[in-house]
Amino acid sequence: MHEALGARFTEFAGWLMPVQYTGAIEEHLAVRTAAGLFDVSHMGRLEVRGRDALTLIQKVTCNDAARLRDHQVQYSALTTERGTFVDDLTVYRFREDHFLLCVNAANREKDVQWIRQHREDEEAEVYDVSDQMAQLALQGPAATEILQPLTDVQLDHIRFYWFEQGEVAGVSALISRTGYTGEDGFELYIPAASAEWVWNRLLDAGQSAGMKPCGLAARNTLRLEARLLLYGHDMDETTTVWEADLGWIVKLEKGDFVGREALRRQKEEGLRRKLVGFEVLDRAPAREGYPVLIHGRVVGQVTSGSYAPFLRKNIGLTYLPIEHTAIGTRFHIRVREREVEAEVVPTPFYKRPR
Amino acid sequence: MATYPEDCLYTREHEWIRVEDDVGVIGITDYAQEALGDIVYVELPSVGDHFSQGEPFGNVESVKAVSELYMPVSGEVVEINEDLAESPQLVNEDPYGDGWMVKITLSDPTELETLMSASEYEEYVKEERQKEK
Repeated sequence: MHEALGARFTEFAGWLMPVQYTGAIEEHLAVRTAAGLFDVSHMGRLEVRGRDALTLIQKVTCNDAARLRDHQVQYSALTTERGTFVDDLTVYRFREDHFLLCVNAANREKDVQWIRQHREDEEAEVYDVSDQMAQLALQGPAATEILQPLTDVQLDHIRFYWFEQGEVAGVSALISRTGYTGEDGFELYIPAASAEWVWNRLLDAGQSAGMKPCGLAARNTLRLEARLLLYGHDMDETTTVWEADLGWIVKLEKGDFVGREALRRQKEEGLRRKLVGFEVLDRAPAREGYPVLIHGRVVGQVTSGSYAPFLRKNIGLTYLPIEHTAIGTRFHIRVREREVEAEVVPTPFYKRPR
Repeated sequence: MATYPEDCLYTREHEWIRVEDDVGVIGITDYAQEALGDIVYVELPSVGDHFSQGEPFGNVESVKAVSELYMPVSGEVVEINEDLAESPQLVNEDPYGDGWMVKITLSDPTELETLMSASEYEEYVKEERQKEK
């Protein structure tokens, strides 16, 4: 179906993914001003079921899943003993004994093993249900008006980071008010066999509102403008949750969990480096992997960097020594043979108007 | 559909050159701009720089990727397209016209014989597209 729309593809974590349909910038701007439709079925989807499902999730994640009510969603991380990222994920609570975890495509198997490995006497099992489900993201200010005619669920009753179950275009769906673009919108979890049907109904429904099908390129620039991190780039098993500046998902007081001791200690001792957002003070975009320099010495590299189509600036993320992380601090990035100036700026780079 | 002006010669790296009097105007082809997608930055050399045939002389960046630009023939840069600093999207909009990149004086016009004609390049692009599939 994507090929019929003129999509260009790339291989990602074993998936053939559309990079773009009509153009990365056009798609990006459509999401900021109207809406965009993404096929994000490559994401991993794990179910945790059993009497002790909550206890098991509490043990392997750093955020406090006990605060979740039924049908609520939480951003969290699976942490190593060192307080670094096994993965970042969203936790969906159906009931105390039934959760859905949305994880990174490349980490599916690792996450399942990790959770199983940390289960002791908890009565709970984790299942990889990724292949049974498709996942579509409808993002942008027009998302509600586009989706509402296709569903019996009252969408304005779903708050940000909550979900409902109902039907979309006659297909049973989990409708969650979440996303990875910095816009309002929904993610739909549907049976894999119905993916094409729902995709096409949504495309039809969104046409008059200016909705565009969007690929991976736009997804990446949108998430970067909103300073949403990308696993394997902005954080991984070598960076702690504090260092990634995601301290708001660390709940040390919730009780014991894998990595708690290390995170407690690091909080006490203080950080030596931190992920910051920067703006390049040059026309040249700073891309992932470009060396970052302070006083002529390489101190790290760009973890994500791109031209930002809505902001019309070159932005990015990098880890800097803690004494250089204040807003307004200048440093340099090596772009091929040149060293261009960059400045630490407040994030998110883009915040949607409310 | 990509276009291939008859008055240009082409490289395997998808640059074109149009020679008027002793000056060669150089850019990237319609096929190349389409494959790159939205162009957000073009890095060009300075006037007076010398390059040999096949040598990188700059970079073109789209949202997705950076690509090097290669000299179709040897020469000295006599002018660069200053408009591309402010409006890199000209390369997408008009690759053979307003989206030109540099003008050079040719140091060895016989090198032009190594380049492809429009019909040869069109055939070459067809083969490249086959490989993509």
